[in-house]
Amino acid sequence: MSDSATPAAPGFDPRWFFQLRKQGGGGHGGRLGLGYRGHGADWCELDLPYAADLIGDPDSGVLASGPILATMDMAASVSVWLKAGGFRNHATLDLRIDYLRPARVGQTVIGRGECYRLTRSIAFVRGQAHDGDPADPIAHVAGTFMAVEGYW
Amino acid sequence: MSIPYAELLGLSVEPGEVAPTLVMPFADAVLGRPGFLHGGAIGGLLEMAAVAALHQALESEGGGKVKPINLTLDYMRGGRDKPTRARGTVTRLGKRVANVEAVAWQDEPDRPIAAARMNYLIVR
Repeated sequence: MSDSATPAAPGFDPRWFFQLRKQGGGGHGGRLGLGYRGHGADWCELDLPYAADLIGDPDSGVLASGPILATMDMAASVSVWLKAGGFRNHATLDLRIDYLRPARVGQTVIGRGECYRLTRSIAFVRGQAHDGDPADPIAHVAGTFMAVEGYW
Repeated sequence: MSIPYAELLGLSVEPGEVAPTLVMPFADAVLGRPGFLHGGAIGGLLEMAAVAALHQALESEGGGKVKPINLTLDYMRGGRDKPTRARGTVTRLGKRVANVEAVAWQDEPDRPIAAARMNYLIVR
């Protein structure tokens, strides 16, 4: 038996994932300016910096709800890959979002997604978004993802 | 459209008698995994279609501002490399609350790629 340290399980590194994406086309997440903030074994936090081209109400300058939805979809998706231990091809089945209050103008939105249950083909997720104070959330989400080839 | 986020999605409007149809071209700005639309972009399109339908319905009553309360989204098919259309239907227009449904499709309207139900608060 070798006593050399075995490399950690490949798993999924969201920091690397988002860095790599910035160098490529970027897609929708890149266009929104979505960035990595932190992660754990079954959760991921992303941030959505305030930007003029994400405004939904030009009179007030409040962000559209779409970019917040996209942030939560992405944070939840990454949380599933973390819990599954690696990237899997999967698709959002459904997503429910409650808009608790408008985001403050000029503030970065922070979205945290958590995979609280993983079955062979379905992942159950929940999450919250806030703009500085996690105790004063702006949105709450619940949803499911499905992996066609299974999560394990 | 003069809404920055609608411009980001590349939306154009096809007027309709009851509600307009919004068209979102396939572009890198709305791309998720390679070759497929991002779920967030589809959701954003559905929300814009719902709001557009609601504004049109409110026009005959003197207009009003709308605030999203919540949204329930079902994704049925992956969005592919082609334009996506979406249209909202106001199922109930109350004094304070409106219930709106919206569907998004690519080839045939009766084969949606996603559908949403939304509640809005109306400030008249």
